[in-house]
Formats: sequence, C-alpha cells, structure tokens
Amino acid sequence: MKTDWVPLALVLVVALLALPLVGSLPTWVTLTVAGLAMGMMIFMMASGLTLVFGLMDVLNFAHGVFISVGAYAAATVLTRMSAQMETQSLASDLSAMVPAVVAAIALAGLLGWFFERVLIRPVYGDHLKQILITMGGLIVFEQLIHVVWGPDIIPLPRPGTITGSFIIGEAAIERYRVLAVIVGLAVFAAMWLLLNRTRIGLLVRAGVENPEMVESLGYRIRRLFVGVFVAGSGLAGLGGAMWGMYQEQVSAQIGPQMLVVIFIVVIIGGLGSVGGCFIGALLVGLLANYTGYLAPKLALGSNILLMVLVLLWRPRGLFPVGRA
Amino acid sequence: MLHSLLSGDTPRSRALTVVLVAILIGLAFAPFIFPGTRSLNVAAKVAVFVLLVASYDLLLGYTGIVSFAHTMFFGIGGYGVGIAMAKMGSTWGALAVGALAALALSLAIALAIGLLSLRVRAIFFAMITLAVAAFFQILASQLSPITGGEDGLTFRLPELLRPRLVSYYVVFGVSLALFLALLRVVNSPFGRVLLSIRENEFRSEAIGYRSVTYRTAANCLAALGATVAGILYAIWLRYTGPDTTLSFNIMIDILLMVVIGGMGTLYGAVIGATIFVLAQNYLRDLMKIASGATEGVPLLPALLHPDRWLLWLGVLFILCVYYFPTGIVGRLRGAGK
Repeated sequence: MKTDWVPLALVLVVALLALPLVGSLPTWVTLTVAGLAMGMMIFMMASGLTLVFGLMDVLNFAHGVFISVGAYAAATVLTRMSAQMETQSLASDLSAMVPAVVAAIALAGLLGWFFERVLIRPVYGDHLKQILITMGGLIVFEQLIHVVWGPDIIPLPRPGTITGSFIIGEAAIERYRVLAVIVGLAVFAAMWLLLNRTRIGLLVRAGVENPEMVESLGYRIRRLFVGVFVAGSGLAGLGGAMWGMYQEQVSAQIGPQMLVVIFIVVIIGGLGSVGGCFIGALLVGLLANYTGYLAPKLALGSNILLMVLVLLWRPRGLFPVGRA
Repeated sequence: MLHSLLSGDTPRSRALTVVLVAILIGLAFAPFIFPGTRSLNVAAKVAVFVLLVASYDLLLGYTGIVSFAHTMFFGIGGYGVGIAMAKMGSTWGALAVGALAALALSLAIALAIGLLSLRVRAIFFAMITLAVAAFFQILASQLSPITGGEDGLTFRLPELLRPRLVSYYVVFGVSLALFLALLRVVNSPFGRVLLSIRENEFRSEAIGYRSVTYRTAANCLAALGATVAGILYAIWLRYTGPDTTLSFNIMIDILLMVVIGGMGTLYGAVIGATIFVLAQNYLRDLMKIASGATEGVPLLPALLHPDRWLLWLGVLFILCVYYFPTGIVGRLRGAGK
C-alpha cells in the first residue's frame, strides 16, 4: 500500500501557517511544543479507542473512565511517594514516576479487562446496546470513582525535575511538555512496530480488515480482542496519568471532558486507523494551542471546526480503514 | 373517545394502567394534592421530562438511532425564550418570537444533521451529535453577552403567566397535548415505517421506504419535541442556563429515563421520567437514612451516600439493557399476559 503523505504534510502546513500569524518566533516555538505535547497525550488516550473500534467494531463510550482511573491511580501513588520527589534528583523522581505510571496502566488495563468480560461481551454486534451499555458503564464507574477517591478534585504532584522550563534563545519550553512528546513518540513507535513488524500485529491488522477470515484460518480472534481491549485501556490510563500530571490535578470529570476531543480525533483520523489517530491528535493539539493564543474565544470550538473541514475533504477521515 | 385519544395504543396491562392513571391524576392535581414549592417543582419537572424523554424515545426506541444532541435542542428551546424575554422585555410578543425562532433553528439544525450524517452508521451519528452538542455548550458559555455565559439568564414572564398555578398548568397542558400527539405519530403509518427501519433497514428500503428520509423526519420531530420541552422548562423556571438545559449530565439523565422506563413504548417515558425525577429528589433522603443505618460497616456507607444515587440508577440501567430491553413497561405488560 502506498503511504499517503498528504495528511502528514497538513500538520506541517498548519504549523508553518501559524508562524506569521503568531508573529514572534519564540512564542511560536513555545506554542508548537505545547501543541505537540497536547497532541501526544491525546493520541495516547485515543489510540486504544480507535483500535478497539477497528478490531471489534465496538465504540466504547466509557473510554473516559479508563482515563480518569489512570489519573487517579497515578495521583495516589505519587502522593504516597512525595518524599522521593523532594530531592531534586532525576533518578529519585523517576523512582516515583515509573511506579505511578505502571500503576495507572495496570489499573486501567485491569478495569478494561473487567469491562470487556462483563459488560461488552454479551452485546457484540449490536451497536445500539453497545452504546447504551458503555454509557451505563460510564455512569456507574464515574460514581464508583467518587466512592473510592471522594468527590473533590485532588492534587496530582509533579516531580521537581520535570517542572520548570528550558530556555532556548528566547523561547521557553516547559520540561514536562518535552517529556510528553518523548513518551508519545515512544508509544507511537512501539505501536507501529508491534502492528507492522510482529506476528500479533499482523493478526490484529488482518482482524481489522476481515475478522471472519482470520478466524477461519484458525486464530482465536476473541483472544486478540481481549488483548487489544486491555492494551487500549492501559494506554488510556497512561494518557490519563500524563494528562493529570500536566494539569497537576485530577477530578472524575477528566475522562468525560476528554471524551469529546478523543472522539473528534478518532473521527478525523478515520475510525480504526492508528496513524490517522496520531495525525488527528497532533492537528487537534496544535490547533488548540494556536487558536488559544490568537483567538481565545474560538479555541474551544476549533477542533469541531477542524473536524467539519476534514470531513468535507475526506468524508471517512484522513485514513479510511477497510470496512465501511 | 379515550381509545382515539390514545391513538389505539392503550397501556394493555392492568398494573400499567393503574400506575399511569395515578401519575396522570398526580400531575393534574399536583398543586392541590401536594402543596409546597418543592413538590410542585418536582411535578413540573416530571411534566417537562415526560415530553423530553418521549420525544427522545421516538429516536432511540422507535427509530433505533442514538443521538447525543437531544439536550442541545432542549437548550435551544430554553435559550430561545430566555434570550427573547431578557432582551425584548416580558411581553407575549417576545415569548412568541423566542419560541418560534427556537423551533425554526432546531428544525434547521436537525434537518442538517440528519441529512448529513443519518446516511452513515448509527455509531457515526452518535459521535457527530456528541460533538455538535459539545460545540453548542461551548457556544452558550462563550457568547456571554447574549446567553449570560455560565450564569445563564433570568427573566420575567408576561403578567398572566406569573402565578405559579397558571404556569404549572401551561406546562402540564402543553406537555400532555404533545405527548398525545407523539402517541399519534408513533401509531400512524409513519410510525410503523420507523419501526420497520429499526427492525430491518434493508428490507424496508426494498419495500420502497427511503430510510434517510424517514430517519431525518423522526430526527426533526424529536428535535421539535425537545425544543418545546425546553421552552416549557424555561417558562417554569423563569431561568435558562447551561446546567439546566445543555449539560451532558441531562443527556445521561434522559438515557436513564428512556431505558429504565422502556424503550419503544411512549408510556415508558412517563414511567421513566417519574421514577427518575422522584429518585433525584427523594431517593437521597432515603439513602441518607440507609447510609446512617449502616454506619460502621466498611464501604457500605460510602456506596449508600446520598450523592451516590446515580450509581444505583446506573446499575439499574445496565440491568435493564441486558435483561429487560423494554424496561418497566415491558415487564408490566408481560406480567399481565
């Protein structure tokens, strides 16, 4: 299959077009890094959703719960480890952050497994019930989060070495954003390698194209389903933890708030396409930051405008995937 | 007479009839049976939500499409009246202008969304409506000079409507009339086509019914119903704001009401709305007692905390989707046979 470079070029065009509009180079650099960081975090949250949809034809409206749970898990661990974060050394900060992130992924993944097993399994193939069931899951688990962690917003401490900014020339670049970009790129690279260079990835991609065929060749597609669902939930948990650290606070609303953005990204990218999801997330992140600077009133609506424009150009998203 | 008023769609179950009649009497004489501001508020909210949920059921239960934009139309109704009354003064003219403008806007948006996205799969429609509704919510909070932003708009009604009793009966009367009209719609040939599309789209297309046309029409009717409900709610509250009309929480409430009451039966809307609003207002009191009684037991008091009432309705919702897809109404009808 030939690679379609136009959407990737679109990201560059958006970034370059913003330069004269913003006017000053340092500001532009700051905004672009912020946009990329936001895009990467959105990508982590959205990639699971798009894969689950592509493979299982399930649109999980409760995906936001995994995001919230990840953020809460990270907050719980980091609050316990606050002693390690006061030393201002990278190693000790990492010794607090790695367990926090692992806890976020593990808890969200576990919840995802439970979700697939108990709620979604009986309603495969029935879209209406899927939407209703996952909405019900959203309601119940949001309430359970309140039961476990309380209804108030809780602070999420960010380790000392990744707060503050690098100053390059006149541009200030927040350290945390650089970290988010690195993690996001690593996740994308890992996913790309897994999907395109391994046997499991081959089966997943084949499953997206034609699940019956994969089954008839003797592979248990159900196991793939569960694996992808758990991995997608774990990624959402990772994204939630990163997003929570970025905001330095967590509330149960964090997931549902991101849900609309995530849906927009998934639609822009083409339902089921990981690459499209990546490009879509970057576009949304960049645009949100540029418009937030240029026309703050428009910022919140900018991603919806973007979605409309993209759909007018390519009605099935940037990278349409097999099944219609 | 009664038969034709209900368009031939009678409750078909003794228990259901008793419950429905009780709700009807309760609402019709609410100011006399349940005096007090709080209970009258509850009654008015039930009346408004019966209409809102019934119009949503036309989409979800009868046509089989999931829309998340129903609160948007509810909000357009509320804001239409709110903006007109706040800017043009509390006259009948302003009320009419606001209501008509809101209805026209809702119709236009519903038509546009329907024609653009009802061609594709149900899931896509759900996502698009979610995004559009989110956009509207942002619009309402950002255009604060017109909409009052997060604070919303408070306004005064025309002289005649001001007594609580009069506005209650306006709300109740319009809601009842439109509910009967919706009952007429779903039991008309048009309603049958909607059902056939829900059951087997391919087949009904083959018989010659364009499903896009019918779905769009259902979408428009539902939008108009929601707009009227929004207008009524604004009239009752004398206030319009994002939290009372546009919030995503209300969308979740509507879903709960439709599913618990019973999808695909308009009577389900009545039952669902009544149970939900009653639970919203009185379940907390019960839970406070239960939470106090279980003090000392681990976890239970937290699960029974008065603010967690939605948790239990959510559990009920999931159970309904799995085990009683036709909700309470379906159960009652099944039991009578």
